[in-house]
Amino acid sequence: MAKGYSIFSLARHALRPNEPWPEAWAKPEPKPSYDAIIIGGGGHGLATAYYLAKNHGLRNVAVLEKSYIGSGNVGRNTTLIRSNYMIGGNTAFFEFSMKLWEGLSHELNFNAMVSHRGQVVLAVSPVQVDQFARRGNIMRLNGIDAELLDRGEVMKMLPYLDYSKDSRWPIWGAIHQPRAGTVRHDAVAWGYARAASGLGVHIIENCEVTDILRDGDRVVGVETSRGKILGDKVAIAVAGHSSHVAAMAGLKLPVESHVLQAFVSEPIKPIVHHVVSWGAELFYLSQSDKGGLVFGGHIDGFNTYTQRGQFARMQTVMECVSSLMPFTQRLKLLRHWGGIQDMTPDGSPFICRTPIRHLYLNGGWCYQGFKATPASGYTFAHTIAQDQEHELNRCFSLDRFRKGGELDEHGVGNWTYKQ
Amino acid sequence: MKIPCPYCGERDWSEFRYGGDASKQRPAHGTGDLDTWHDHVFLFENPKGPHTEYWQHVLGCRQWFKLKRNTATNQISGKA
Repeated sequence: MAKGYSIFSLARHALRPNEPWPEAWAKPEPKPSYDAIIIGGGGHGLATAYYLAKNHGLRNVAVLEKSYIGSGNVGRNTTLIRSNYMIGGNTAFFEFSMKLWEGLSHELNFNAMVSHRGQVVLAVSPVQVDQFARRGNIMRLNGIDAELLDRGEVMKMLPYLDYSKDSRWPIWGAIHQPRAGTVRHDAVAWGYARAASGLGVHIIENCEVTDILRDGDRVVGVETSRGKILGDKVAIAVAGHSSHVAAMAGLKLPVESHVLQAFVSEPIKPIVHHVVSWGAELFYLSQSDKGGLVFGGHIDGFNTYTQRGQFARMQTVMECVSSLMPFTQRLKLLRHWGGIQDMTPDGSPFICRTPIRHLYLNGGWCYQGFKATPASGYTFAHTIAQDQEHELNRCFSLDRFRKGGELDEHGVGNWTYKQ
Repeated sequence: MKIPCPYCGERDWSEFRYGGDASKQRPAHGTGDLDTWHDHVFLFENPKGPHTEYWQHVLGCRQWFKLKRNTATNQISGKA
């Protein structure tokens, strides 16, 4: 196990180059039983394990990952963090997550490369400016940073956009959240894994859960590709495959699995210094430290578990980028991939207990899972340890549709594929 | 993905609109039980495998039809 990382350990290893760095986390054999089992070694599962050990003293915990750490959506997202939400519980939850991001590298003793480069959402009509003013006001009333920019201010800040008279979507202004930004996504998985492992959590890779074992109305453990493992509590954190795993316990969820594509261009010199989102279509971009422009768009729009997308969606995203930034038209795409995510009927997640005792669910992240990772782990750990919801995730219950508690941030009704 | 429209023949996916799980049975008219409606509206089978679903050829003949598709591979096995 690696000891603390510091400038001294870095210097020591630089002077002794033939001495390999110790493994960041231990690779133990699974024990026959644990106090808590977390299914899914993604960002959320690992964060949950870390906060279970750190905040609740629950260290006899296993994280079961069917592949290797970092192989799932934690390594497939566009690394964006922000807290510009305006509906009920979302606002406080995502702001709490932002606050945890701010101290994360120190907390984990692992450089997550948290970059508060700011997010600018462009308004393409006067109505949208009004809408953004409303959003900004709600954010500021909740103590979140937000500022409204007029066209001139946007031109100063993002001079490379198309401001010509004949642009199809003229830019009228923008809303800016300076604390938003990006984080090195793999480092989040590795950092939480290392920190959790340091507190005694077992991280078991290449261990696929094949069944959830029940005794009456209570969960008692899981069957895996590496044998049966008993657990007093079992928590599901497998977004993308939540329906699939919950079905092992006989649960049917308000979740449909959809593919979201992401794209990276060939590297160019630094030009995009913020995260830029567009009001005309669900589209955003940022520039990675390696220089590639990272683009994201909307989901393909039909349920699928194939981790590859349709060409027409790629075309839409490229139309967006070339419309907003005409100079990109001759850029080539370097990489392109798809990730599977849980879409829920209101676009908001679940962090909650389930009708089965001691079985907990964390899922339904739509495409906002990455930015929520720290708060999700923090509140999910609380829910598991205390067997009740934390005040920040009380709104993310499984029965909110039954009770009229939808958190419909986009206001589009109960269509999973329109969120 | 190419989708076979029953009227226009095989066309690109981008001409179509997805309409959700077609195997769901709408509760009978007048059903007062809220749980029945909740389950119908909000819960999904979401299978990783064969799925029967609605599509509309929205940029073509605008016909609604049912399709059988495997959600693990996107392979279409024809009209349902």
